[in-house]
Amino acid sequence: MTQLTQQILSGVATGAIYASLALALVMIHQATESVNFAQGEMAMFSTYIAWSLVQVGTPFWIAFVLTVVISFIGGVLIERIIVRPVENAPVLSHVIVFIGLLVIFSAVAGWIFTYTVKQFPSPFPTKPLLGGAVTGHDLGVIGVTFVMLILLFLFFRFTPLGLAMRAAAQNPESARLVGIRVGWMLAIGWGLAAAVGAVAGIMVAPILFLDPHMMSGVLLYAFAAALLGGISSPGGAVLGGLIVGVLENLVGTYLIASELKLTMALALIIIVLVVKPSGLFGAHAVKRV
Amino acid sequence: MAGALLEVEGLRAAYGPSQVLHGIDFAVEEGGITALLGANGAGKTTTLRAVCGMVDRSGSIRFGGQPIEKDSTESIVGLGVAHVPEGRGTFVKLSVEENLRIGAYGRRARDGVAADMERMYQHFPKLAERRTQQAGTLSGGEQQMLAIARALMLRPRLLVLDEPSFGLGPLIVASIFEIMGAVRRDDRVSILLVEQNAALALELADRAYLIETGRVVMSGSAKDFRDNEQVRRSYLGY
Ligand SMILES: Nc1ncnc2c1ncn2[C@@H]1O[C@H](COP(=O)(O)OP(=O)(O)OP(=O)(O)O)[C@@H](O)[C@H]1O
Ligand SMILES: [Mg+2]
Repeated sequence: MTQLTQQILSGVATGAIYASLALALVMIHQATESVNFAQGEMAMFSTYIAWSLVQVGTPFWIAFVLTVVISFIGGVLIERIIVRPVENAPVLSHVIVFIGLLVIFSAVAGWIFTYTVKQFPSPFPTKPLLGGAVTGHDLGVIGVTFVMLILLFLFFRFTPLGLAMRAAAQNPESARLVGIRVGWMLAIGWGLAAAVGAVAGIMVAPILFLDPHMMSGVLLYAFAAALLGGISSPGGAVLGGLIVGVLENLVGTYLIASELKLTMALALIIIVLVVKPSGLFGAHAVKRV
Repeated sequence: MAGALLEVEGLRAAYGPSQVLHGIDFAVEEGGITALLGANGAGKTTTLRAVCGMVDRSGSIRFGGQPIEKDSTESIVGLGVAHVPEGRGTFVKLSVEENLRIGAYGRRARDGVAADMERMYQHFPKLAERRTQQAGTLSGGEQQMLAIARALMLRPRLLVLDEPSFGLGPLIVASIFEIMGAVRRDDRVSILLVEQNAALALELADRAYLIETGRVVMSGSAKDFRDNEQVRRSYLGY
């Protein structure tokens, strides 16, 4: 029983990380209609920035905030400089640009930081809590991610800028006709996605350790989560992330060898694509003409 | 035509290589309603899009005496031009209330947004009933009302409407035209109207222009149009 609770809680913790990255994927997808394959690599690079800051003696939480801000600016710049020129190009060009970004971030990280696996500090106590049901790190990850998700929800739901971003993603032409600078909204969306990815990277690094390939598996789970929830539904992506995280842990513990867990993610992706391509919550908006 | 709110001269526009407007002149008086008439494909929508900077254009466009032919759509909106596009441009996944709020996004005066929303709900009680509903679930007529209300939230000086009667039944069309008349009276908003239903448009408008394949082939007061034998036969059907 304790083992089950333990597995579920630690599944929620990794699930929260998948949820964040899945949300980042959904945010970009809503604006560009394609999946940013480089999201994981961008998060990995952000994590190296945090690591470097900590290495030179920056207190953890200051490094955390700085990294999130730097990642936001980086995301905005990537949109403005690299994505903008292919804005109106066919989807295939987007895919190629995203894969290009992935390769570049991976290579540059390897070149600057080398491929040696690095330890990444956790800001949370490592000792088990709640009678061994959960580690301090897992609880911290759950806390940080949920605060972030709630802040994002409040931002998109209740602020004028959040509303303008949703409007711009939905109907760019109409958005321009009410005076929204759509290009900037897309750039801010990239910035937010990069910042969210940075948080995910920093939270997962103490468990996975830091190396240039750290996020490739995580991205696959996040992708499965986003598809499961519905690539068009931010709330669905978050729930999908939690489901995938818990499933991964339970299946890995009780059903199959943990080496096969990634295969499970792939299988899940294929099943969703075949059985319910719009995901659990990605019902199409009701439309009348 | 000095002192007009919107003055357009020699307006040309193209989609890529294909030239669609070949030098169009027209004006909208302060507080007036100007109708653009013409057959399908004549270039009416393109004219409106050119005024708002949604398509490559050249020529002279002056709004309130200021040249705007080089301005971006967003800046033109900021000057007080609210454009309800063909197909209404509803944000289908936002609620009715959010659609109204986003309409006020481009306006200078931030205060009074809540009061203006209440005013819109009085103009259009149907929208008040559905304020939390997804806008995509509204009927065609309700969406057209929402589109006009959204445009009015800008507190515009010029309201640009592209076929507001399209696909709607006669009762709803009548009430929408009544509202447009009221808007002009009460808020002193000038209107630039493109309309298939020429009879209705000429009842409301004070000036009209007939466009054929990207050129103005006739212009005059709405009365001139109604009295013109050829216009009557081709566009009014009596
Ligand atoms: N996006 C576009 N790309 C290329 N050509 C276009 C585009 N939009 C319109 N056209 C062409 O420009 C011409 C004028 O079109 P426009 O939409 O302005 O006509 P309209 O007068 O509004 O017609 P309708 O009454 O059918 O709405 C048409 O010949 C049309 O084929
Ligand atoms: Mg048209």
